[in-house]
Amino acid sequence: MTATTALQAEKVAQRRQVRRISDKTIQTAFILPTMMLLILWNIFPLFYSLYLSFTEYSVITGTPPRWVGFENYRNILSDPLIWKYFALTGRFALLSVGLQTIIGFVMAMIVRAKFRGSGFITTLILIPMMLSPVVVGKFWAMIYNPTFGPLNYLLGMPPPRGPDWLANPQFALWAVVLVDVWMWSPFVMLLCLSGLKAIPEYLYEAAAIDRASAWFQFWRITLPQVAPLLMIAILFRTIEAFKQFDVVMGLTGGGPGDATELVAVKLYRIAFLGRFDTGIASAFAYIVLIIIVAISNLYIRYLNRLRGEA
Amino acid sequence: MARFEEVGPRSPIIESTRVDLVHPRARLGVTIRAIVAIVIVAIMLFPVVWLALTTIKTRPDAVAVPPKFIPYFPDGLLSDWCMVPQLNKDGTPKLDKNGQPVLKERAECFDVTLEGIVGLFFERRTLTPAQQKQYMESPEFGWADRILLKRGLVITGPSDFVNRFRNSLIIAGTSTVLAVAFGLLAAYAFSRWDIKGKPDFLFFILSTRMLPPVVVTIPIFLMYRQLGIYDTHIGMILLYTVFNLSLSVWLLKGFLDEIPKEYEEAALVDGYSRMQAFRKVVLPQAATGIAATTVFCLIFAWNEYAFSLMLTSDVARTMPPAIASTQGAGGLEWAIIATASMLFLIPVVVITFALRQHLLRGVTFGAIRQ
Repeated sequence: MTATTALQAEKVAQRRQVRRISDKTIQTAFILPTMMLLILWNIFPLFYSLYLSFTEYSVITGTPPRWVGFENYRNILSDPLIWKYFALTGRFALLSVGLQTIIGFVMAMIVRAKFRGSGFITTLILIPMMLSPVVVGKFWAMIYNPTFGPLNYLLGMPPPRGPDWLANPQFALWAVVLVDVWMWSPFVMLLCLSGLKAIPEYLYEAAAIDRASAWFQFWRITLPQVAPLLMIAILFRTIEAFKQFDVVMGLTGGGPGDATELVAVKLYRIAFLGRFDTGIASAFAYIVLIIIVAISNLYIRYLNRLRGEA
Repeated sequence: MARFEEVGPRSPIIESTRVDLVHPRARLGVTIRAIVAIVIVAIMLFPVVWLALTTIKTRPDAVAVPPKFIPYFPDGLLSDWCMVPQLNKDGTPKLDKNGQPVLKERAECFDVTLEGIVGLFFERRTLTPAQQKQYMESPEFGWADRILLKRGLVITGPSDFVNRFRNSLIIAGTSTVLAVAFGLLAAYAFSRWDIKGKPDFLFFILSTRMLPPVVVTIPIFLMYRQLGIYDTHIGMILLYTVFNLSLSVWLLKGFLDEIPKEYEEAALVDGYSRMQAFRKVVLPQAATGIAATTVFCLIFAWNEYAFSLMLTSDVARTMPPAIASTQGAGGLEWAIIATASMLFLIPVVVITFALRQHLLRGVTFGAIRQ
């Protein structure tokens, strides 16, 4: 039946094409604005910074870019510190995305049940992600403060006993992770919830009739059904973790020493502080971009496989 | 022949009356979940509550040791609890000359002040103690002036807060509308037609989200300077539109994928043109997805910091860099920063609450297959 409807529609549409705008025109008109904007604001800057990455150039000096070939890339890749920062960013991404996934999923499982005010409570939990990252960084720095901050006080460690979370190289990365998790677990929760809401009730009914245990229902129904949306949440959060900049700048500025020097912070430092090494910054940015694209590609492959099976 | 069941995205969820769900034990489970949910909200919102409390603190109270949690109004709400009699060494209450007990503030308490909000809207200058005394006696100052005079400050003129806030409204609002509109059109095209190289296009659109802002800032900065749109509203609106497009296309495509094609085909058979079918059939169906996308785009554009910091200086500067650079003479003015942050948070919270019904159903990324 559907097939015939489609066929008829096609015929009618073909007849109409004489008088009305054709689908082809609509297609082009619909995609064009998006493509134009993306090309102007993304392709152009991308090619321009690709060019700059092969030059020695600084935006603050008046001298034009000088072609140096692969020298920038060689310098960066042979710098052991850069690898340390990449490892640090990887650790940060793993910790914060991992914790966000677990906490977000657990929160979704809890507020999933309908009770009075559950919609309201769900929206309240979303408030942290509505805050500006800069504000979040600034205010958490106050909360972490070892003298007047409320955190140590609530933990029962009034000054001078409590640790200075942000000045201690052992804790600083964890402090940043905690803030990121606080801010973005709600996002994971939201995506998980929309996955959970879409699970057809009859699956659970069938399981209940078969007297399947709650554990079995979780592993065989809930988790596989939510997996695609969970993967999308993880994908977006991983990309963001590699770009993490605002919160770290607000909290620690990369310190103490270089304990929280994530790649985005380092990139900012090369590009906009000190010598304004635009050339080296561009090369470094390209390396970061390639890594993010590679990771995203892996995720999307896996996601497509998940969807294919579902 | 036909599919077993054709469930549209907006079909009602049929409540089941399964025995195992109305059993007392299941009901108890829901109660426990509700309690746990409330505890989670309390933990998650603690930093926001702290922010809210800081807005009504005086400058010394904001950084008091130990931190102060309980606001009170002098001679009003909670003041009975917060003001306790001071004790002598032997445990008897200390009395003043008139035989009244001497009161002191509990360590947890602070009195409510509007210093933060007045400080946010006006520029201030520090006075010498002599000037302060003289100004305090002068009748020509209004209530706002008096709040600051008590702290030895005088208002010198309006601050640029209103201007920054208006910039944020214009830039974030317009760019959100544009990103959702363009995103919807593109998502519809990608969802309904087989376009050559579609997966590559879509990955390309997503990949624009992967760029660290610092990478594109330098070329965009140079480009904007050439075009003369550095530090203009239009420049920032277009930039935010582009950076929201990737999310907008992906979210909306996922949602449109779930609206059965047959709806429009039926409309086409009934004599609608493609545009009419899009407007009258698809748009109402996509309302939920559009609402959810709007919320996400707004949150990003409203809160964006790095671009605004590097591509504006004054005319088009938005709130986030302005909040970040708020400083007082000698140390941070936490009350002012907190007030700015809270006022800045309100519009997004209001819109999210207004559209909250759509948030859950609207975020599917096409991952839910009927």
